[in-house]
Amino acid sequence: MSEFNGGKELSVLPRAGKLRLKRSAIRERFRRVNNAFMLGLTGLTTVVGIVPLVWILLSVFAHGAEVISIRFLTDTFKPTSLGGGGILHALVGTGILIALASLFSVPLGVLAALYVARNPNTSLGLAVRFGTGVLSGLPSVVVGLFIYTLWVSGHGYSALAGGMALAILMLPVIVRTTEEMLRLVPKSLREASLALGAPEWKTALKVWLPAAMTGVITGLMLAVARVAGETAPLLFTALGSNNLSTALDKPIASLPLTLFKYAVDPSKLRNAQAWAIALIIVMLVLLLNVSARLIATWRSKMY
Amino acid sequence: MISAQVRRRLRRKTVSPLGRALQHGDILFKGALILASLSLLGLMVGVGVMLWLRSAPMRTSAGLAFITATVWNPVGEKFGAAPFIIGTLTTSLLALIIAFPLGLFIAIFLAELCPPGLRSIVGFLVELLAAIPSVVYGLWGIFVFIPSFVIPIGEALMKSLGDPQRFPYLPIFQGPFFGASKLAAGLILAVMILPTIAAISRDVLLAVPRSQREAALALGSTQWETIWQVVLPYGLSGILGAVILGLGRALGETMAVTMVIGNVAQLSASLLSPGYTMASVIANEWGESRTPLYNAALIEIGLLLFFMSLLLNILARSLVWSVARKTPEQRA
Repeated sequence: MSEFNGGKELSVLPRAGKLRLKRSAIRERFRRVNNAFMLGLTGLTTVVGIVPLVWILLSVFAHGAEVISIRFLTDTFKPTSLGGGGILHALVGTGILIALASLFSVPLGVLAALYVARNPNTSLGLAVRFGTGVLSGLPSVVVGLFIYTLWVSGHGYSALAGGMALAILMLPVIVRTTEEMLRLVPKSLREASLALGAPEWKTALKVWLPAAMTGVITGLMLAVARVAGETAPLLFTALGSNNLSTALDKPIASLPLTLFKYAVDPSKLRNAQAWAIALIIVMLVLLLNVSARLIATWRSKMY
Repeated sequence: MISAQVRRRLRRKTVSPLGRALQHGDILFKGALILASLSLLGLMVGVGVMLWLRSAPMRTSAGLAFITATVWNPVGEKFGAAPFIIGTLTTSLLALIIAFPLGLFIAIFLAELCPPGLRSIVGFLVELLAAIPSVVYGLWGIFVFIPSFVIPIGEALMKSLGDPQRFPYLPIFQGPFFGASKLAAGLILAVMILPTIAAISRDVLLAVPRSQREAALALGSTQWETIWQVVLPYGLSGILGAVILGLGRALGETMAVTMVIGNVAQLSASLLSPGYTMASVIANEWGESRTPLYNAALIEIGLLLFFMSLLLNILARSLVWSVARKTPEQRA
């Protein structure tokens, strides 16, 4: 009994002991309630965080679906007095810009990813991984200005310049995704190829990269999703146009630029068309994101 | 014992490492890889160098005063970047104040509470917010968000906290208020940077070792106490990194802000008044900048924006990396 200090204390100081017991009981209850409350709050916050997404998607679908029709997709620009026409020129323009951007960024991005996956801990490898992160944080408006100073100020606004600007924005996504997928490929596969006497480049291009091909494709899809709606860099490079054009050295139309122009237009018809363009872009972006995610999940389960 | 003759013959058969590499084309291959990596890094340097060179007319004519000058009058060739820098900082900070608590709580929910199956779905939905293009946010902002959300909130703030008689020293909510405003820009930015903060904080929390949590729980902590007093402090620098990355994204956001902020180059303390940001002035006035000095002024604003986002990004990535490096393979 004498060793049981708590009991002794209680008998000597009954009041203080009771008070302490009472306090600790209140404190216990507070801790439990606080725990439940805060944990519940995090769940509630998550629901609140998803509200804007649902709200935006609902608005875009509700407003956009009214305008979209086959004619809207296959007609070129017409003044509002003639019904406003369609967005074929912008669809073609965006297609050309994305194709150009992919052409520039995929080879460079895949090679850089191969380097990083091969030498992740060399100083250059670390620098590239760090640089990729920084590059992805670069404001797109700055990238547009860069291509303007580098190319447009000498050669004029063109589809080519637009493709370059978008390529810079695509690069970090491609490098990161490809690198991750390359590292998922078991090392034994590469070692088997090297043991058979294949040189490193053949191993990389014919064994390693094909095994990670879905990674390259996912990376490309995510990168296209990232730039499909980019507007700011195109203001300084592709400029936009009302004509159906496929020339690479001339200004070219694009979906996001047309959307921007129509959104700030005083005409109600143009505003409605802007919603329809938004619907097309959002569907494209969602489709690319969801399928890239599905491919990546399926792929990572394979190894 | 191998005779000297045999040894000589063997030596002839083995090729030097250099010869072997050349023969197989590996030098070329490695060269291409290194070249690609270097050019990726060179791009970043190139951006800074080109903007620096092309902003020369403005830099030589105004020097550092460009940053602090408050008058922006292109017709009178007077260029001061202060209204834009302040506009950018105001809207970004407003966005951060709103998005940080939300993003942190979402991250806690995703990392600590959510069952793994639900985690990837909810995480994906939150990240989809980041995938929606800026210009679509702008369109939604003009026609849906401002009329049905920003205007009611702004008017309520103006009538309560913005009353000059009752709160004469609180100018940030004073009218007039017409919808397009710094408040609208800040709110839209908050939505846009929420996924950045939530996703990166979630990754940071997931990188906190399980032993930390188990130790706290074993000492009798509730789950919330474990999170609040153990997990968050452990990942603090990483969460700070997430916040700074969110700030970096807010600084550079262009289209959505341009479409809802009103684009007026004036200094005003009120969040309810229209404003301008660095990114939005570049995008909005580019087509009008006919004179070389006007052009160089916009490019110099771009240069400032580049330095700001570069600095924030490097800082943030070092912080996020520090948590990832501190933690070995063991993950929750």
